[in-house]
This record gives sequence, C-alpha cells and structure tokens, in this order.
Amino acid sequence: MNFLNSLISGLSLGSVYAIIALGYTMVYGISKMLNFAHGDVIMVGGYVSFCLTMYMGMNGWIALALAMAVCTLLGITIERLAYRPLRGTGSLAVLITAIGVSYFLQNSALLIWGANPRVFTSLFNGVDTIHAANGQLTITAESLFTIVANIVIMICLTLFVSRTKAGKAMRAVSEDNGAAQLMGINVNRSISMTFAIGSGLAAVAGVLMCSAYPVLMPTTGSMPGIKAFTAAVFGGIGSIPGAMIGGLILGLIEIMSRAYISTELSDAIVFACLIIVLLVKPTGLLGKKVNEKV
Amino acid sequence: MKNKKWTKFVAVVLSCMMILMMVAGCGSKSGGGDSEGNTLYIGGIGPLTGAAALYGNAVKNGAQLAVDEINAANPDGVQLVWDMQDDEHDAEKSVNAYNKLVDNGMQVLIGAVTTAPCTAVASEANANRTFALTPSASGPAVTEGNDNVFQLCFSDPNQGIASAEYIATNYPDAKVGVIYNNADNYSSGIYDKFKSEYEASGKQLAAVEAFSDDANADFTAQLNSLKNAGVDLIFLPIYYTPASNIMTQANKMGYDVTYFGVDGMDGILDLEGFDTSLAEGVLLLTPFTPYSEDEAVQNFVKAYEEKFNETPIQFAADAYDCVYAIYDAFGKTGLGTDASMEDICEAMIGVFTGDFTASGLTAEEMKWEASGEVNKTPKVCIIEDGKYVEK
Amino acid sequence: MAERKENKAGAKRLRNIFFGNEYKKEATISYGILIVGYILLQLGANAGLIGRNLQGQFVPICVYISLAISLNLVVGISGELSLGHAGFMSVGAFTGIIVTRMMEASMPSGNVRLFFAVLAGAITAAIAGIIIGIPILGLRGDYLAIVTLAFGEIVRNIMNVLYFGLDGKKLKFAFNHTIDGVEGNQRIITGAIGATGVTKTATFTTAMLLTLFTLFVVLNLKNSKHGRCIMAVRDNRIAGESIGINVKKYKLIAFVVSAALAGMAGAMFGQNYSTLAPLKFNFNTSVLILVFVVLGGIGNIWGGILAATLLTILPEALRQFADYRMLTYAVVLIVVMICTYNPTIRARAGMVWEKISPRKRRKKKAEEAADHDETGKEEM
Repeated sequence: MNFLNSLISGLSLGSVYAIIALGYTMVYGISKMLNFAHGDVIMVGGYVSFCLTMYMGMNGWIALALAMAVCTLLGITIERLAYRPLRGTGSLAVLITAIGVSYFLQNSALLIWGANPRVFTSLFNGVDTIHAANGQLTITAESLFTIVANIVIMICLTLFVSRTKAGKAMRAVSEDNGAAQLMGINVNRSISMTFAIGSGLAAVAGVLMCSAYPVLMPTTGSMPGIKAFTAAVFGGIGSIPGAMIGGLILGLIEIMSRAYISTELSDAIVFACLIIVLLVKPTGLLGKKVNEKV
Repeated sequence: MKNKKWTKFVAVVLSCMMILMMVAGCGSKSGGGDSEGNTLYIGGIGPLTGAAALYGNAVKNGAQLAVDEINAANPDGVQLVWDMQDDEHDAEKSVNAYNKLVDNGMQVLIGAVTTAPCTAVASEANANRTFALTPSASGPAVTEGNDNVFQLCFSDPNQGIASAEYIATNYPDAKVGVIYNNADNYSSGIYDKFKSEYEASGKQLAAVEAFSDDANADFTAQLNSLKNAGVDLIFLPIYYTPASNIMTQANKMGYDVTYFGVDGMDGILDLEGFDTSLAEGVLLLTPFTPYSEDEAVQNFVKAYEEKFNETPIQFAADAYDCVYAIYDAFGKTGLGTDASMEDICEAMIGVFTGDFTASGLTAEEMKWEASGEVNKTPKVCIIEDGKYVEK
Repeated sequence: MAERKENKAGAKRLRNIFFGNEYKKEATISYGILIVGYILLQLGANAGLIGRNLQGQFVPICVYISLAISLNLVVGISGELSLGHAGFMSVGAFTGIIVTRMMEASMPSGNVRLFFAVLAGAITAAIAGIIIGIPILGLRGDYLAIVTLAFGEIVRNIMNVLYFGLDGKKLKFAFNHTIDGVEGNQRIITGAIGATGVTKTATFTTAMLLTLFTLFVVLNLKNSKHGRCIMAVRDNRIAGESIGINVKKYKLIAFVVSAALAGMAGAMFGQNYSTLAPLKFNFNTSVLILVFVVLGGIGNIWGGILAATLLTILPEALRQFADYRMLTYAVVLIVVMICTYNPTIRARAGMVWEKISPRKRRKKKAEEAADHDETGKEEM
C-alpha cells in the first residue's frame, strides 16, 4: 500500500515537473537556449494567482486563467527585451542573460510581495480526498488533477505542433531557422509564440504545484525549475513526449528513493540516475541523435 | 578585426568602472556612520534577500522599531543609528557586510541573524574586537571561543534537551518520530541533541526522516513512513514554513498526529493563507507570542503591524530586545558615544558578564553566561483556538 | 641618429618579447593586470586608502579569478559548457580543511598548512575530475553541461550527510550523526553545518600566488602542443579526429586540470573563513563562475580576470541601494550582457572606439592591411 501511495505522489510530482519541463524543452527546441528564468515564471504565476484569490476574492479557476495571461505576457516581454537582442550570438550569452532575468524576477518578487512566505489556497479546497483500502491509500484531488492535466496538456501540445499551421511553423524554425525564414515564416512571431505557450504553461504548473505544496516564496520556483530542466534533458531536450516521460520518471525516482532509500540523498539519487541515463543514451530517452556532417 | 576593437573598448569601460567602484568603496567610508552628536552606531547583519530573507527582514524591522522608540523617548540622550546590511544567508557575504559596517563606523553589532554567517562574522568580530549580540543565531559554534559574542535566543542544544525532557515526561507512551532539515544548521543542531537526550531517557525514536532545502515541498514520502511506523507524535525541529507544508499534506492524507515544534514554529499562525485550524493542538517551545496579554508585547505588536503591515515573528521580538539590551548595557558602561568600537567591546563584555539583566518581550530578567549563552528557559505552549496557551 | 635607431630597434625587440604574438600579448596583459593590481592594492591597503570591506574581498577576488581562469580552460579553450565547477571547489575546500585540521597540532606555520591544504585540494579535485570526466566526456554540448550540473548537486548532497572527525590522530568519517569516539570540537565537518572553527590561514599574498600559478598553468597549457590539440578539437571535432588527435584524451586533460585548479581555489577559499557550509557550493556559485567567463569573453583570460573582479565587487559597491541592491545587480548583469554581445551595439561601439583612439587613427591604414591576415586567426 505504501508503494501505491508513493507511486501516486511520484506521478503527481512528476507531472508538475513535466509541465514545467515542457516550457524548457519547447524553448530549447526553437531557440537552442537554456532558459533558466523559466522556474521563476512559475513563481510569478503562483503569486499572481494567490493575490487574485486572496485579495480580490476571485474564483481559483478564473485566477488561474488570469495568471496564465500575465505569465504569457511576461514570457513574451522577457523574450523581446532580454533574449532577442542576443539572438544568434551563441547560447552561452543568452544563458547568462537568462540567469540575470531569473535574479531579476526573484528580487522583484521579494520587493513586491515581501519576504514572508504565503500559503497558497488549493484550487481544490473543499474537494474531499479519496481514501481507499481502509484509509490506507489516499489520493488527493490535487494529485489526480495534476496527472490528468499533464496528459491533456501533452496531447494538446503534440496536436498543436503537428497539426496547426503555427505549430508547423514552430517546428520549421526549430529545424532550420534560416530556411524557415526563406519559406516566409515569421521567425520572430514563432519564437514569441513558443515563449508565450511555455510561460502560460509555467503559470499552470505554478498553480498546480502550489495547490499540492502550498508554500509560496520568491525562491519557490528555482529548485523545481532546475529539476524540470533535468527532466527535460532526461527525456531528450527538444522533444515534447520526452519532457513528459522525463518529468514523470524524475518525480517517481525522487519519491521512491525518498520512501525506500534515503530522504537525505534523494536528490543525489535523482541526479545520479540522470548521469547513468545519459551515459547509456547520450541524447536522453527520446532525444534525436544529430549526425555530424563533415 | 571588429572583435578586437570591441574587446579593447570593453576592457577600457570595465577598467573605468572598476576604478570608479573602488573609489566609491573608499569614499563611502566617511559616509553613513559619522558619530556626529550623541549617537551610537549599531550595525546589523542578516539575510535581506534570498531564501532566508524573511528572518533578516524581521530583525531589521524589529530593531528599527526599538531604535525609533528609544530615539523618540529621549531626544537629548544617546541617539541610536541602525544600519542593517544584507548577507544573503552566506558566510562570505556576511563577512563583507561586517567589514562594510566597520568601514561605516559601527560601534556595536546586532547579528548575524542566521547561524552559519554568524559563525563567520563572530570570529572576525572577535579578532577585531566588536561587541556582538545575536538575536537569533542559536548554534553553539557562534559563541564557541568568542568572548565578545552573546546570544539573545536560547541555544539549539538547550531546545533539543528541553523538548526531549518534556516529551519523555509528558508523553511517556507516545511513539515519537522526527522530521528535520538535514541541510540546515539550526534544525540538525536541535535534532542531534534531542536524539541523544531522548535516547538517554531509555526510549527509542520510532522513525526519523529528513528533508533538505531543495526538496522542501513534497513530504508525502516522509509522512507515509512515519504513519507506517505508527508514530503519533512528530517532533519538528524546523521553521514554520516547511512545517505548514507538512501539516497540510498530513491533513490531506488523513494522518492525525500531534506535532511538537521548537521556537522556529512560531509564526505559523500568521502565515498568510494558512488554514490555522490545522495547527490546533500543536505544541511548541517559544519565548515570544504576539498573542500574549503582556502590555509591552501588545504595544510592540500594534506598533509593528502599523508600521510594517504584518504580524511580527519571534525574530522581530528578539531584535527588539537586542536593541534595548544593548542600549541599557551601554548606559551601564559609562562610556560616551565617542568611544571606539574596541573600548565599547571590552566594556560591554564586562557588563554582560557582570550582574547585568535585561527584560524584554521574549523574557524577563535575562542574564548572560561568560560563554555567551542567555539563561532563558524554553516554555512549552500549545495552540488552542488560534492562540498560544502556556502549558 | 644611430642611437635613435638603436632605441627604436630595442623598443621593437621589447615589444616583440611582450606583445610579439597573440599568446605573448595575452600573457603580458594577464600577468600585468594581476601584478599591477596586487601592487596597487597592497600599497593602497598599507596607506590606509582602502576600506576593510574591499580589503576583506582581496582573497575571495583572487579565488574567483582563479576559478574563472580554470573554468575558461573548459568553457573557452576546450569548448565544453560546465555547470558544476563549484562541485570541484567544494571537494577541494573540504579536503583542505581536513588536512589543515590534522596538521594543526604538529605544524605551527600557517603558510605550510595552507600549502598542503591547497595541494590536497588539487589532488582530490583532480581525482573527482577523472572519475566524472572519463565517462561523460563522450557527451556533447548541453548534455555535458547538465551532467556537470548533476555532479555539482550530487557532491553537495553527499557533503550534507558526511561527517568527519579526529579521534586522536586518526581521521574518521561517517554517514550519520555520530562518529565513534569523536565528540564536540574534534568534529571537523558535521554534515550540512559544514566545517566550523577553521583557523584562517589564507592571505592576499598567498591567494595572489595561487592565482598567478593558475594563470601560469592555463596559459602554458594553452600555448603547448596539448593546448593546440584541445583547441583543434574544439574548433572541429571531426577534423581533429581525422588528423589523429585523441579527442577524449585531450578533453580529459583540460577537464581534469581545470578541476584540480578549481580544487586549489576552493581550498584557498575554505582557509579564508572560520566556517564553511556545503550550501555555499550550490548551482548558483557554479553559475556565478560561468558568468565571469562569459562576461569576460569566452576564451579571453584577462577578460575573465576583469569580470571576476568586477562582479565580486559589484554587489558590495551596490550596498548603498539597500533594498534594491540585488535587483540593480540583476539589471546591470542583463544590460552588460546585451551591450557586450548584441551585434548592433558591438558594431557601433567599435566605430566609436576607432574615433577616440588616436593611435588607431594614425595607424589605421597600416592596420587595415594587416587586418586581412589576422581575421583568419581571430575568428575562432
């Protein structure tokens, strides 16, 4: 029974990672940059939603939608102001800028919302937890919804990039920026759209994460951000199903090692698994192997 | 070739900036803490940014309140200047902050707020002879070997011992489990002593689980294993932020258990958005409660809420007491405000190790050992109807 | 007339010795910055012109410069992204602390203890570098980066549960809270609390010597056959392989040397504070070192030196902004990155430089002719 409980927590935590990892992986796919500020967009999403429900008394779901809108705008603005001027100058320069943006978001949050932590009111406040098997097995509404949301988002995204015109344009840009431009694709718009989607998803991840683990601080996003980044690499960065599988596996490993091996070393185990996977499959689980041409 | 010109340009600009900054660094030496008139310059060090920012900011605000009160109460007497510098909860930065304060003309130090940075600052302050009274750095390493460093909070080992004794006598049949933060000085310090003391009383801990600052969100694994071990009392030597997470998740799991916290648990009732009914029946050691009937506490809480728009946590009260203790002790030294940092240090050590007592929000008649520890005794409170009730 | 000619020839010879080619130029500028900086700061400190705040940063600045130089070996010269440099620093720092604690009773001289601490730090960090380097150097690009990130996090997590203590003269370690026969102050490292009660032995002079040593190693490696092989592999792996360069071997050399140097810098850092916690060596620290390298210009060693110095002083210089300090720091970082790397701004600033530099204007024509030869070498 303990195993089943851990399995559910693992899947739920993994789903949060997966949704965040989607943002990482899409941005990486299209602009080949590691957007380390992504984790902090999650935090902003959490705070916006918190303020709307707490101070303006809004319904949690409306707040979620508004938080998504705010984060989408934020994502586009960050891309426009901080990343676009550096496009085509190598991934390292943008990486450092992304870190600057991450500091900026964290410290702005500190100034706006203060250092005191907030406790997030769950989206499912009042929804009963499912107890099964004489109360030994517990499934919270949060974990159930997170898992479902993850699957839905994954399917929608896959359909979006494979079926719609905008999605195809995004794929084309990530495949070959120059050629896409020659074919009349507006590269700027495609990249902006990727950031918009990624950041919107970050807001969803933020709200779901804070529903399950309710403490909200200016640094809330940074560690899940790094873990989700790991998950994206785990699954093969640039691949949408890869991000989902990577996130789920990462969450499971984390919870299982905490439950059965050591609570102190769970992170070390997660990262060790990552190294082993990359040694066996150097481009992650579902990553594409790029053949070098001479 | 463009590249090359560019590097040169950048090099020149960077060098200019560097020189400017160094000049600024030297220039600011004279600024700030001029002891013009009858002022005593009190420096503070603590995390104002980063993950531990809430503790540093509470200290900053609490001390500010005391300084304002003292200055307003006696405009002709000694005026206090309060200057708090950020250390980001990092030993390296805290030493920088300390040096900055010395440059600024600091005469007495309150801090550092957190244990690891405070340990680093303490040895600097010891070598450089600065009197330091820390509001909240409770680790034993802070005072060890430093005759000039005093603590206003009770030390980690003390809390561990007091908790173990209380649980062993009042809950003799309970199956006790622990969740502690193994990446935190404070938490593992208390846990170490708690464990040895509890086991010395002939009992065994049923289960011990840890977490780290990087993984302080999901506690279901820890809670499940405690639940399976049949634990009915969880000792939580941690801060209230992760504790609120634990309570929320245990509640969702349907795990009904008694919590026993230490002074870090204080603040849980004022956590914005937290369902305080979850904290009903929580036992905690605390020197300060904002709900006390005590008039001084009530006035402090009211003034603090008015000024900073939030309820003070224990750190703020500790800092408030620190300022008063330093003010009173300074009065006893008989020194003028023009005395040097070194002279004040020796005189203050004399006062603190003498029969000086200080009373404040967190305790009456505080007295210090030569080792730097304060003689406060931890009190056990229980949370009932959203209030602390002394047990 | 003859004399003047001779002078001119002498000056030319001198110029040749110091600025004769790219390597000489880089070496002269790098050593120059360090030595002149050292002399100026020492003089300033002795004359009482420099406040405690800046003086207190002398050792960390030297450490960060060393780290920037050593990371440049991996990022700039070998062309791999490493996000775990703080991990090696951590290994070196804690080894150094253990070594000095063990020697404390028998060796009164702080400098000797420091020397052995740095040496031991180099050895353990190099071993860590070999262990992690051998399996992972087959990975490419960002995958390598994430593995180094993982390495740094693993080191930190393990340090969080490692306990070291002295039982008489025997060094003992354990993975839990009690070490048999070791009590209280015999403990050297207590898990997450880290090391406490370290006797400070690092000084500005020794730290600067370490920095010069790091610079010496990296510049010489860069200017050796090995270094050229490493750079050849960086510029084109396949071409390098095809002319018989053992890619893995050369990547490993760069990686391990860089790790050892980081370990030395870490040991120096650990000897500068009375306490050291594993938390110090987290992802943020790795990233900070990377920021030095990138801001200074990837592969540009003296640029890294300047950037490390500046970015270490910057947060302190911003203290007057009080609450807005770290926000300002973030903004400065972003703006500087954009100004340094944005192609349009670069081109404009290049033009401005051309106008304000008198020597450039005079030699413009001569330079333009030379440009054609140099551009080939420059574009790396």
